[in-house]
Amino acid sequence: MQATMSKADQRKLQKLKLKASRRDQYKRFTRSKGGNFFYTLFLILFGLFSVLPMYYCIITSFKPLDELLVFPPRFYVISPTVASYLTLPSLLDNLAVPLSRYAFNSIFVSVVTTFFHVLVGSAAAYVLAKTNIKGKTVIFAVVQMSLLYNAYTLEIPRYLIYSGLGMIDTYWAYILPMIPSSMGVFLMKQFMESNVPDALIEAAKIDGAGSFRTFWQIAMPNVKPAWLTLTLFSFRDLWSIQPGGTIFSEELKTLPFAASTIAQSGIARQGCAMAVTVIMMIPPILVYLVTQRSVTQTMSSSGIK
Amino acid sequence: MENAKTVTVLSKQQKRDRFLANLVHYLMLSPFFILFFAFTVLPVISSVVLSFFDFDAVSTPRWGFLDNYLRLFVQDDVFPKALSNTLVLAIVTGPLGFFVAFMLAWMVNEFGPSVRTLLSFMFYAPALAGNVYFIWQILFSGDAYGYINSTLLSWGLIVEPIQWLKNPSYALPIICIVQLWMSMGVTFLSNISGLQNVNPELYEAGAIDGVKNRWHELWYITIPSMKSIMMFGVVMQIQSAFSISVVPIALCGYPSINNSADTIVSLITDVGTSRYEMGYAAAISVVLFILMFATKSLLGKLVNMAGR
Repeated sequence: MQATMSKADQRKLQKLKLKASRRDQYKRFTRSKGGNFFYTLFLILFGLFSVLPMYYCIITSFKPLDELLVFPPRFYVISPTVASYLTLPSLLDNLAVPLSRYAFNSIFVSVVTTFFHVLVGSAAAYVLAKTNIKGKTVIFAVVQMSLLYNAYTLEIPRYLIYSGLGMIDTYWAYILPMIPSSMGVFLMKQFMESNVPDALIEAAKIDGAGSFRTFWQIAMPNVKPAWLTLTLFSFRDLWSIQPGGTIFSEELKTLPFAASTIAQSGIARQGCAMAVTVIMMIPPILVYLVTQRSVTQTMSSSGIK
Repeated sequence: MENAKTVTVLSKQQKRDRFLANLVHYLMLSPFFILFFAFTVLPVISSVVLSFFDFDAVSTPRWGFLDNYLRLFVQDDVFPKALSNTLVLAIVTGPLGFFVAFMLAWMVNEFGPSVRTLLSFMFYAPALAGNVYFIWQILFSGDAYGYINSTLLSWGLIVEPIQWLKNPSYALPIICIVQLWMSMGVTFLSNISGLQNVNPELYEAGAIDGVKNRWHELWYITIPSMKSIMMFGVVMQIQSAFSISVVPIALCGYPSINNSADTIVSLITDVGTSRYEMGYAAAISVVLFILMFATKSLLGKLVNMAGR
C-alpha cells in the first residue's frame, strides 16, 4: 500500500514530519527559556550590525544628489528617489560593447564554471575520502598545503602557464583555473568522511553500482548541504570575477568590469555607483537564498536506520 | 587440485575487478588533479624555486641561493614589524574569528528553517555585499564629523577628534575589529552546513543519557560529530588570519604610519607590485607558508583532543 502512495501524499507526509521536528527543536530538554531569549536578542543585534553596509549601499542608491553630498554620510534617506537607477541606461552608451554581451559573459562563466567546479571537486573528494587508491594521503596533504601558500606570488608563474597553454584572451582563462579548488575538495572531503557511512557504500557496491554511480547517487545526496554551500562560494567568487591581465578583448570582459566603468565618474555619480553595486548584489543574494534555504531544510539522514 | 585452480582463477578475476575499480577512481580524480597540478602545484613549485633567485619579472633570473632569505632576516627593517603585526592579528582574529563563526552558527541552528536562513543571511551579508569595509572608514573617520569621533565629542569623553586610522596605537585594534566582523564567511557557512549534518538521533540519545544543558550537548555531542568540518574551519581561518592585507591597506594605507598596520602579505604585495622583486616576494611567501603550516599542524592536534 505504502509503495502506491501518491507523490503529493508523500510530500504532505514529509511536510508534517518537518513541522513536527521543528517543534521538537524548541522543546529539547537541553534548552532553557532564559537562554533562548538572551541568544535571540544577541543574534538580532549582531545581525543588524552585519547588514549595515548592505543596508547603507541600498539606502545610498536611493538618495537624491544633495543628500549624497552630505558629510558625514547619513544612514537614512529623507526624500528617496530612483533617479540614480534612471540615469543608468544613458551611461551604457559609454560602454564599448552592448551590456548584454557583458551580462552573457558573466552568466556563462559563472554558471558553467560553478557546475564543473562542484562536480570535479566533489568527485575528487569522494575518491580521497572513500577509496584506498595509492597516493591519496599525499595528494590530500598537498591540497591542504596549497591553501596556505600566498596566492599573490603565484600570479606570474600562473600567467606563464596560461600563455603557454594559449589561454590568454579566451574564456578558458576564466574557466579552467577556477575549476580545481583546494578549498572545495577539502570541504567536500571532510563532509564525505563524516557523513557518508562506509556501510552505505558497501551496500551500493553489493547491489552492483559502479564507483561513479555510488558517488553520484549515494555519496552526493548525503552531503547535500556541503555541495550547496560550495555552489554558493563558487558562484559568489565567479560573479565578481574581473579580467586581470589575461583578457584584453572587450567582448570577453565581464559585468563587474562594465560596472566599474559606469561607476568611475566622480562624486556626482556616487548614486549611480551605488545603484550598480546594488544591482550586482542581486544574483549572489538569490543564489544564497535558494541554496541556503535547502541547506537549512535538509534534515540529517545518514541513510541507515 | 580442482579447488586450488578455481581459487586462482577467482582471484585473477578479483584482481581485474579491483584494477578496473581503481582505474575508475583515478579517472574520477584526474580532472581535478590535472588542473590542480597545472594551476596550483606548478606555480607553487616555481615560486619556491624563484625564492632562490634574483628576479625582477623582466630579465633572466639570477641565482642568488639564500640571498633573499638573508636579506629578509638581516636587512629588511619592515619585516620584523610586519611579522609582529601579522602574528598579533593572527593570534587575535584567528581563534576569535573561528570561535565566533562556530558559536554563531551553533546559535543560529537553534531556530526553524526560515529564521535560520534569515539570520545566517544577515551574518553572511558582508561577504555577499563585496568590499564593505568602507563603512568603517565612515565610522572611524579622523575628523570631528566621523561617527565615532562626533559621538565621543558630544558625550564629552574626548576634547578633540582622534585620528583613529593614522594613530599607531589604534590602527591594529581597529583592524582586528574589522577583520573579526568580516570573518563570517566561509567558516561560518561551512559550520552551518556541518550542523545540519549532525545526526539528530545523537541528541535524543544524549538527552536520555543525562546531557543536562546546551553546553554539555555542545561539548559531548556536537563538537565530536563536527570534528572534520571544524578542521576545515581551522585551516581556512589560518589562511585568512595570516593573510590579512586588504583591510589594513584600504583603511590605513601602505606603508602605514610607523608601519603600525603593515602585515607580511601587504609587504609581499608591495615588494612584488611596486618594486618588481619577484624572487624576494617569493622568499617572503615561503617563510609565511612555513609559519602557517606549523600553526596548522599544532592546531590539528588540538581539534582532535576536543570533546574527549
